[in-house]
Amino acid sequence: MATPTALPRSSTAVRRRFGADEVAYGLTLIFAFLIIAVTVLLVWELWVHSALSREKFGLGFIISTAWDPVAEKYGALPFIYGTLITSFLALLISVPLGVGAAIYLSELAPQRLSNTLTFLVELLAAVPSVIYGLIAIFTLVPLMRSYVEPGIQAIAGDLPVFQGHIFGYGYLTAGVILAVMTFPYIISVSREALLAVPREQREAALALGATKWESTYQAVLPFARLGIIGSIFLALARALGETMAVTMVIGNSNAIQASLFAPGQTIAAVIANEFSEATGNTYLAALVELGLVLFVLTMVINAMAQLMIIVTTKKGSAKG
Amino acid sequence: MKKLVVLASIALPALFAVTAMGAETINAAGATFPAPIYQKWFGEYKMAHPDVQINYQAIGSGGGIRQLTEGTVDFGASDMPLTDEQIKAVKVKPLHFPTVLGAVVLSYNIPGFSGTLKLTPEAIAGIYLGEIKKWNDPKLTSANPGAKLPASDIQVVHRSDGSGTSFIFTDYLSKVSSEWKMKVGANTSVSWPLGLGGKGNDGVEGLVKQTPGSIGYVELIYAVQNKMAFADVKNAAGKFMTPSFQSVSEAAAASKEMPADFRASITDAPGVKTYPISSFTWLLIPSEIKDPARKKAITGFLSWMMTTGQKDCEALSYAQLPKAVVAREQKQIALIK
Amino acid sequence: MSRNSRRNAVNNIMLALCGVCAFLTVSTLFLILAYLVYNGAKSLNPSFFTQLPVGEGQTGGGIANAIVGSAEVVLLATLIGLPVGFMAGVYLAEFGGKTIPFIVRYTADLLNGIPSIVIGIFAWTVVVVPMHHFSAIAGALALSVMLVPITARSTEQFLLEVPRPLREGALALGANKWKTIATVIVPAARKGIMTGMILGVARISGETAPLLFTSLSNQYWSGISEPTASLPVTIYNYATSAYEDWHQLAWAAGLVLLVLVLLANIAARMVISRGASVPR
Repeated sequence: MATPTALPRSSTAVRRRFGADEVAYGLTLIFAFLIIAVTVLLVWELWVHSALSREKFGLGFIISTAWDPVAEKYGALPFIYGTLITSFLALLISVPLGVGAAIYLSELAPQRLSNTLTFLVELLAAVPSVIYGLIAIFTLVPLMRSYVEPGIQAIAGDLPVFQGHIFGYGYLTAGVILAVMTFPYIISVSREALLAVPREQREAALALGATKWESTYQAVLPFARLGIIGSIFLALARALGETMAVTMVIGNSNAIQASLFAPGQTIAAVIANEFSEATGNTYLAALVELGLVLFVLTMVINAMAQLMIIVTTKKGSAKG
Repeated sequence: MKKLVVLASIALPALFAVTAMGAETINAAGATFPAPIYQKWFGEYKMAHPDVQINYQAIGSGGGIRQLTEGTVDFGASDMPLTDEQIKAVKVKPLHFPTVLGAVVLSYNIPGFSGTLKLTPEAIAGIYLGEIKKWNDPKLTSANPGAKLPASDIQVVHRSDGSGTSFIFTDYLSKVSSEWKMKVGANTSVSWPLGLGGKGNDGVEGLVKQTPGSIGYVELIYAVQNKMAFADVKNAAGKFMTPSFQSVSEAAAASKEMPADFRASITDAPGVKTYPISSFTWLLIPSEIKDPARKKAITGFLSWMMTTGQKDCEALSYAQLPKAVVAREQKQIALIK
Repeated sequence: MSRNSRRNAVNNIMLALCGVCAFLTVSTLFLILAYLVYNGAKSLNPSFFTQLPVGEGQTGGGIANAIVGSAEVVLLATLIGLPVGFMAGVYLAEFGGKTIPFIVRYTADLLNGIPSIVIGIFAWTVVVVPMHHFSAIAGALALSVMLVPITARSTEQFLLEVPRPLREGALALGANKWKTIATVIVPAARKGIMTGMILGVARISGETAPLLFTSLSNQYWSGISEPTASLPVTIYNYATSAYEDWHQLAWAAGLVLLVLVLLANIAARMVISRGASVPR
């Protein structure tokens, strides 16, 4: 490492007067404050650049469904709806899959296999979003259009959420791709939480005559509950802010539609689509305000995730 | 880590040296409608004038207008002339330079139908308002006697970004359908009643290509290059016209006088041989360019584009500028300070 | 007895399902890789790496400028992000009091959780608008804003893992605190810190959203204060286009990007398997 050794040398001149520790402290503190400064500046910029829209629409922005550049009327509801519904669909798929896989990795698989698989799952988390989008356009979308969505419609077409046009692009497709993108988070964090469960929990249950599944379900899972919920929140936060893959498959329609097969739009996707092309100043401000809404949304979810992960790891380490 | 640092210290200057190698770089952004010919032009112009390179990013007309307003590009490109309000918003007053004419065509992908679809203005408005839902709707079959149109759903595709192609299309629909004018209106972005959104002309064409039963509006060349079918549209004189550079030129010739600032709409033009969804497309050039080298590069390109460049039009299915317009544009170049 | 056999059946089914989940999820990685190789490998010819892109509907060309452009943007982001993140991490781990480190840590996690598209808006307002140009610098700044909190938190965690006796030994020998940090603690956590850095850089190299309206794109070679092409943005533009040739380029570019990112990840794990353990 070049940086740390360069640090004391550069400060030799000042050392005599202030003491080297103080200089090092001050220097690192400046960089630490830089993090705070950037974050504050970021929020400030979003706040200032959304002023036009905030003043014009007030809180009504959140509940309005208008997105009409001709009449200069903007509302966030279709995008908030799209963001929430796609994230919800994603979790519906990725939570059972992810928790199941985490149970397998922590409770059943031999150590070596578990480590290898976990490593592969972590690699999956590293795949760039745009690559998921690229593959989804050419495989998932035709698959959903020709087989999955007509299939669902044939079975459960009476429900309003499964009616209407089938495009292949839409909420459900975005939900599926988000599921694939979020389960690595659920798996790796849930696995940690499960591994933190003290051995005695399992042994006690097994000694009482429980099967492996019963011990896992009744003794281990409840113990790791908060950590698993934390992992779900983490996945949720990730899904809410995910941009590229969603933009490429959601169909980009700025309206709320009941059908899950319908094209929609998420907050992140509408920003990606329209930000550099917004012609009016109010239009641009409305997009920045959407960024602000997304920021608040992910901040709340992230804070909840952090809280739960902290609580479980503490509990785990205290008892184990 | 030390090796990395050494590597970086060698690589970085090398990267930055790339800039020095280039000569005058002009950055421009905007319309995707004329992007194929612009890219050809900028490529050819660089060949002939190695000291000028123009980087054109086809991000949509809305983007061209927005980025010109923000001053983040040297010039913009749009298929929608700026409104008075938009002109006022730009610090340095922009001048409109028409470059070529093109057609917005209705490109479709109907499995099992191989003929040429004929569309009336009412049918187009009906499809995009969501009132015509099936390909065998009477409004479509009556204009296409004998054609076997399937009973499948129509999948409507439109633009998701701020688009001049959208403006031309919605401007046309506002002229031919009072319902459209009242409910939706004309702009680079509008509140679409239904449909899928694609980014850029090629994004829309990509969606149409991949989605059976779909229809989308794109500039003619995008349909031609992708070998996609496109519809004949009934013009104001009641004739179904195939979009081509000839029928677009007819529309330009039939339209009323070109205003002094070149902001003209030629959609729904009168005349028997006109294709009704035709338009000029414009470069938006600041009326004052401080850097003399940059000014020379831009004005040099403008005069080249109006003369030599026009010869590229037909091969890419665009129509050349009328001679009278070129003469007046050449005078406008002198207004750039 | 029948109750027991039912219990056993449930046990077997549920355990098997968990196994299926695990293999299903892991197989996604191989599907992605195989699909990219299948579609992209055939377009990986010399011109792909050396030629500039061609216009709409023309054939041939490559994405040499996007490869170099990506390297340029990521390198710049690294030069800004890593030192800042590292120093902040040292502060958090070694100089922490109570209140300030708590706030810094909380803010870093907050910053880390901000969707990348929002960071793109931020870089647009603070760099693109005042500079009057889309530029590699703006893109790099956006990426570095993402890199700083990642680096800071991983550096902090690895420093905290350095065993107490090692620190106390150095301090007992009469070394200053900064000297202990620079000569004992940081070297001891070196491998872990580097792993964190590599993972951070790998993560930002695949980011598309923050570049969409910061570095934008370019069909030529470009300097750092000009719009600059990058691999992720090129993939996005080409994948959503209608041209078969561009789809081919997108596949090939996707393959290149994925292989680079995965290699970086594997390299990072190899560094760590020879050194410290991965903390959470």
